[in-house]
Amino acid sequence: MTDTAVPATTKKDWSSDQEVRWCPGCGDYSILTAVQMLMPELGVRREDVVFVSGIGCAARFPYYMNVYGMHAIHGRAPAIATGLALTRPDLDVWVVTGDGDSLSIGGNHLIHALRRNVNLTILLFNNQIYGLTKGQYSPTSEQGKVTKSTPFGSVDFPFNPVSLALGAEASFVARTHDMDRKHMMEVFRRAHQHRGSAFVEIYQNCNVFNDGAFAEITAKEKRPHNLIPLMHGEPIRFGPDGEKGVMLDGQGHARIVEVADVGEDRILVHDEARDDPGLAFMLSRLARGPHEPTPIGVFRAVERADYGSEMQRQLLGAQERQGPGDLAALLSSGATWDV
Amino acid sequence: MTVAARPGGNIVETRERNRGRIALTDTRAAGQSLQELDQVVIRFAGDSGDGMQLTGDRFTNVSAVLGNDLSTLPDFPAEIRAPAGTLAGVSAFQVHISDHDILTPGDAPNVLVAMNPAALKTNIADLPQGAILIVNVDAFDDRALAKAGYPANPLTDGTLGGFTVYEVPMTSLTLEACKETGAKPRDAERSKNFFALGMVSWMFSRPTEATLEWIEKRFSSNAMVAAANTLAFKAGWNFGETTEVFENAYEVKPAKLTPGHYTHVTGNVALAYGLVAASQLARLPLFLGSYPITPASDILHELSKHKNFGVKTLQAEDEIAGVGAALGAAFGGSLGVTTTSGPGVDLKAETIGLAVSLELPLVVIDIQRGGPSTGLPTKTEQADLLQAMYGRHGEAPVPIVAAITPAHCFDAAIEAVRIAVKYRTPVILLSDGYLANGAEPWRLPDVESLPDISVSFATEPNHSDGEGGAQFWPYLRDTETLARPWAVPGTPGLEHRIGGLEKEDGTGNVSYEAANHELMCKLRAAKVAGIAKDIPPVEVDDQPGAELLVLGWGSTYGAIAAAVRSVRARGEKVAHAQLMHLNPFPSNLGEVLRRYPKVLVPELNLGQLSRLVRAEFLVDAQRFNKVQCQPFTAGELAAAITAHLSAGATQGVSA
Repeated sequence: MTDTAVPATTKKDWSSDQEVRWCPGCGDYSILTAVQMLMPELGVRREDVVFVSGIGCAARFPYYMNVYGMHAIHGRAPAIATGLALTRPDLDVWVVTGDGDSLSIGGNHLIHALRRNVNLTILLFNNQIYGLTKGQYSPTSEQGKVTKSTPFGSVDFPFNPVSLALGAEASFVARTHDMDRKHMMEVFRRAHQHRGSAFVEIYQNCNVFNDGAFAEITAKEKRPHNLIPLMHGEPIRFGPDGEKGVMLDGQGHARIVEVADVGEDRILVHDEARDDPGLAFMLSRLARGPHEPTPIGVFRAVERADYGSEMQRQLLGAQERQGPGDLAALLSSGATWDV
Repeated sequence: MTVAARPGGNIVETRERNRGRIALTDTRAAGQSLQELDQVVIRFAGDSGDGMQLTGDRFTNVSAVLGNDLSTLPDFPAEIRAPAGTLAGVSAFQVHISDHDILTPGDAPNVLVAMNPAALKTNIADLPQGAILIVNVDAFDDRALAKAGYPANPLTDGTLGGFTVYEVPMTSLTLEACKETGAKPRDAERSKNFFALGMVSWMFSRPTEATLEWIEKRFSSNAMVAAANTLAFKAGWNFGETTEVFENAYEVKPAKLTPGHYTHVTGNVALAYGLVAASQLARLPLFLGSYPITPASDILHELSKHKNFGVKTLQAEDEIAGVGAALGAAFGGSLGVTTTSGPGVDLKAETIGLAVSLELPLVVIDIQRGGPSTGLPTKTEQADLLQAMYGRHGEAPVPIVAAITPAHCFDAAIEAVRIAVKYRTPVILLSDGYLANGAEPWRLPDVESLPDISVSFATEPNHSDGEGGAQFWPYLRDTETLARPWAVPGTPGLEHRIGGLEKEDGTGNVSYEAANHELMCKLRAAKVAGIAKDIPPVEVDDQPGAELLVLGWGSTYGAIAAAVRSVRARGEKVAHAQLMHLNPFPSNLGEVLRRYPKVLVPELNLGQLSRLVRAEFLVDAQRFNKVQCQPFTAGELAAAITAHLSAGATQGVSA
């Protein structure tokens, strides 16, 4: 809750006394730091913030935040957080999850939370691998992935989390990565501001079981070539000198082009507030995986009534029409008689 | 005797009526037009599309308002519309009305209304000789007979000789009555259940006003349907009144029940009301996370109406989300409830285990149905007791409460909530299809007299760090209840993290320490076991000299009590106790069990409570089991009790 009387805090105030136990070098550290650094800037009270997680490496996150938290069971964090957010609209409810947690075992809860537009900030740490169970492929692993459980290479086709969220009617969808704290903080801030379900995919490096999975996009020297920054109202351009861009071709498909070849006017101007998610979806399909030019930033941010507010509206409406509940009247609301 | 009636009042009596064999208790001299009965069991049976549940429900309603004691047994197929006219598509509703207190919907009908051959075929075996059978003769054409698998028409082949059969052309009389509405015959025909209702209402001297008003209200959006149903209902009533087809009308006087203000409820509605009441008594907003499932959905339907009570209902994406959302709501300080049936309990098991570990209040309501797997969704069974008791990995004890009658579902809901919030534990409340859909009169409680079950949230730190600093330890327990503090988000200074990983005693920090784990397992077990001190001792309906105790649980209460009455009437001595708390057991149960040389445990499963009491108390509890989709009849239980009273009966038997 924003309030002028919210006491000033620092990152330290948001850090719990528990020892952080991710592997040294894990991308989760930088995400934790980004969140802990952002919190003092959000104007919220520690007691009003709740982090809910499922199972997996990322799911340890709540233990390290000095707020209310629940480390729940595999895949169910969005469902648990839904009950909390619907009954406590005064709270700031965050969900921390991983690609196995929310795209495999908990896929159903994720898509329904997004569709309902429950007021949640969902951070999906995507490392394209199962870390906690020591290295099996995940639903975002690239096809052919050789892991302990797929010695001959994985056969199944991966999910694209941003495409999935857009298909699930998410009202806020963004992607960021663990190598750029500033970008993470900015995207998290936007996600937190958003009323309804805000979905953020974070490219997160697992240096033990899937090291370098996003290096083509996130490594400093590669970023200019392969990271396509999405900025609302700006032409979508990238490359060391902004020489590349995204345009819609004659068939209406998004394509990467040389700006010089087509002219600046043909370059697509990013509009995250478009009601129709079609363009955002097309942008999410621009890269077949994080090894070729990939958009990063806010894909979609539209206003849509959130489930909790609508639920509250029905409750208040009923109380206005019928008055507060009268138990004795309820019990005798059917046919009654006296003996 | 068969009485055939044709439109126009052409009534042909074909045989002398054998009145003496009618299983009704006549209290007036034969030949009088209005006979007083002390009780009667009526079953309406027809195709799923014939509206038999509605017909039975209306008949029940007017009987309730008339002051009869009553008990109902709806019995319908899982398919919404099985192929018309087939045996699989038969839907029935049995109602037992009486002028004294009764305990069951009746072992067998005295009157069967059969709307088609399939309904006759599936129900006739339950009809005792001499009972009244009213059939819609219009439906007995060759095609319908063939669909029901009748090689010959039972109305003419003599197989119904033992019954008093009334052949009434309900379809054609309904069509005739509805002509003036202009409704197409296909539509008008659908009013024939109201014809049957009118006819049976006349036969049992039910008032008509309430039903006519109800028709007006219910069908207010469709004047033609309202008119057709009204005309059909009146035609049915007048058919009884004027045609003299029926030799007698009957009367069942109001029952002499305990004075009070009454309504009649089904178990599911009573349960929903109980949750609303519990929410007020606990001063916690009610949140229901639920996924539609037979036979529990009516609780979701009912609670979703009562938003002015601050009740929030979420129709979740699946069973797991339903319980998850309820647990999330509980974390936030709401009364979190989830409703389901067996297949849903399977799916919720992991979250219930999480609630055991988190030690948060959670109420899981299981309206049991026939299993395993999808089983028999609309049929009753009591086979989830061991699941409720043990259906989780690890040492994960959960208190269990069971409702024993439809109206008792109200009290059971409050009791489940009381235990959950006081002990910060998930509680499983067991009801079943029989209680859920069955109805009985309910003497309304004075809401002022209902117990205060509220608890306090933690608001202050509860521990010192030894250097003068205040801390909050989420697992520092109340020394009496062993419950941990319930500190809800939004409370400054009590920020804490909980989770499914094992926690250190006191601090609640993650702990993999071996001795701590054993301590925590024992603490969680002791907390649940300790609830025994906080529940009433089991009451025995005793009889001096009784050698046999019949021990039941849950919905078998009525049938066992009725059976006990009847064996006592024969001079046999027997005691009865019915458990409403299955975990922990009431503290006096062991002593009670050891008081009787013989113990018989009837259950609608293959022996679950019997297994628990044998294991817990080392008593030679014998079992009596049935898994036939139906509640026990008092008759079969009485026979079982008598068999066990005689010396040699030591083997478990089945119905």
